[in-house]
Amino acid sequence: MVPLSWYLIFSAALFSIGLFGVLSRRNLIAILLGIELMLNSVNVNLAAFWRYGDVTNITGQVFAVIVFAVAAAEVSVGLALVISVYRKRNTVIADEIDMLKF
Amino acid sequence: MDFLKDPLKVAADWLLGIFSGWGMPDLWAQVLIGFLGIFILVALLMVLDIFLVWIERKVVSRFQSRIGPNRLGPFGLIQPFADIIKLLIKEDTTPEGADRTLYNLAPILSMMSVLILWAVVPLAPSILGVDLNIGVLYIIAAGAIGTLSIIMAGWSSNNKYSLIGAFREAAVMLSFEIPMLTVMLIPTIFAGSMGIGAITQAQDTWNFFLAPLAAVIFLIAAIAELGRSPFDMGEAESELVSGYNIEYSGMKFGMFYAGELLHAFTFGGFWAILFFGGYRFFGLEQVSAFLAIAILFFKAFIGYWIIMWVKYTLLRIRIDHMLAFNWKFLTPVAFVLLMTTALMNALLADASNWLYIGGMFLSNILVAWISLEVARSASRWERERVEGTGYAARRTE
Amino acid sequence: MTVDQIIFLVIAAGTLIAAFRVVTTGNLIHAAFWLIAALFGVAAIFAILHASFLAVVQVVVYIGAISMLFIFAVMLTRKDMRDQGPQLNRNWGFGAFLAALAFAGLVFLVHGWSGVAKTASAFPSDFDAVGALGNALVSPDAYVLPFEVASVLLVAALIGAVYVAYNRK
Repeated sequence: MVPLSWYLIFSAALFSIGLFGVLSRRNLIAILLGIELMLNSVNVNLAAFWRYGDVTNITGQVFAVIVFAVAAAEVSVGLALVISVYRKRNTVIADEIDMLKF
Repeated sequence: MDFLKDPLKVAADWLLGIFSGWGMPDLWAQVLIGFLGIFILVALLMVLDIFLVWIERKVVSRFQSRIGPNRLGPFGLIQPFADIIKLLIKEDTTPEGADRTLYNLAPILSMMSVLILWAVVPLAPSILGVDLNIGVLYIIAAGAIGTLSIIMAGWSSNNKYSLIGAFREAAVMLSFEIPMLTVMLIPTIFAGSMGIGAITQAQDTWNFFLAPLAAVIFLIAAIAELGRSPFDMGEAESELVSGYNIEYSGMKFGMFYAGELLHAFTFGGFWAILFFGGYRFFGLEQVSAFLAIAILFFKAFIGYWIIMWVKYTLLRIRIDHMLAFNWKFLTPVAFVLLMTTALMNALLADASNWLYIGGMFLSNILVAWISLEVARSASRWERERVEGTGYAARRTE
Repeated sequence: MTVDQIIFLVIAAGTLIAAFRVVTTGNLIHAAFWLIAALFGVAAIFAILHASFLAVVQVVVYIGAISMLFIFAVMLTRKDMRDQGPQLNRNWGFGAFLAALAFAGLVFLVHGWSGVAKTASAFPSDFDAVGALGNALVSPDAYVLPFEVASVLLVAALIGAVYVAYNRK
């Protein structure tokens, strides 16, 4: 049997890798990729807690399903924004999108 | 008698006896038998695939008033083997600037997306790979892997034609997944389970009589998912040469080709399983597992034949028309049908069997008729707008 | 070490390597494909956890839809298919430090928590997890409101995405 702590450490590692991607990538799409990794690590946690708690209490899976919906919404709006920015500014590098500094 | 009823279990017990005789631990023996089962199923499917090439060529030649392969062996039966030898000894080319890993991975994924579908196919009452209680979703998930392989092939080939073909094909597959999943929920309503085995067991009356419109929508969506004519935008040989697989040669192309044929046959099988009772045929399936498999394959071949019939009869539709047809017609109809079916199912829960079947059938016909009327008036509006006659033109002026 | 532990370790290691490649590889298309590999790994983890519905939905939603969107977006936002310049910004060292700090903190929390010693209980004999999930999502006593809010969110995202990305010419 796999101990619960392995799942938690695995998801912590996945979350940290995603966090690194969000903090240090220059490309907007790459930042969104990092966010996807972080959301997935949360889902792993939710499913693990469901399995290792009371399995008849389905709350963990319900939360995971809602995270799926939120992830889909986030990606569609995020990528639409990226494409819109690319049309206007011709770049997808986060540092170069600095219109507010004017 | 036992062997006729449940050949798989008898064979597994026999093998387990042999393996334990060799002093193998039980767990290892069972894992080995599982792998052996998968290997035999896949091997049989690949052999079937070889004959599908022959069947496809024979049927298309009959549709086009030709004879088809007839030189090698009786009825040209050895022709596909010659084709395979030709594919195997062809030069295996990789275009310059291709992304090698993805380029080589794509045909494998394409084949895999078809083969994993057979894990949930109930071949007989006792022969079922995995009785997943989410079998319907599993089919869609396998389709998602197919989309992935096409995008991979299109991008990694470093060719504009293949990229355009892959984009179109992915758009078509992603959008037709929605009506497909929606109508697959209708057998789920009738069976009360998403498991493919449970759906087969629940069909005392074929689902086709309960939901004829759902069967038709499933067939249309399946043809689009397969990327066959009239939805063969991914290949479109008259404009994109060969679409996403243009740069592939030899056995890599062969895997795409064989995957497509097996995919078509598999979806003929799923059509039979979801709407025509799968292996069930007036209790004959209880006699022997082999008879059940024969019934399922017979129904699957009829489905496959219908898919071929459509392919070689209809012309290709333009990509925007294809997507508009899906988003503006097929998806809304599927949603309305799902809601109607759920409502009728709740209303007729206590009704007698004949009333239930009649109510379901009539509600389907009604939904089909209304949606066709709406589509007809919409297309008349569009036609008048283009031609500059009628009310629509006067209003837009 | 038992068989399922070895399977878990192999899948987890593969997933983490794929995730690491997502955030470090220079070619964005490759990053998207590595993301697909990582998502497959997470789906396998769901399958190990007996959350079969989540595993299949992970493949349908993430691999079938979201990663396709990523691949399309990557291809739409570059004039030539090559990458220009470094992929990490100037502060990537600080980012790495913060990520390592987050990881260390989480591991510390997991280590100090008493509930971590819990073992998975066996499934009750006639328990249908998919059916229970479906009931929970539409039952008024459970989660019908969050479920409906999620669907409204999806519709809003759909319309918003079309409006934002629409090319007015």
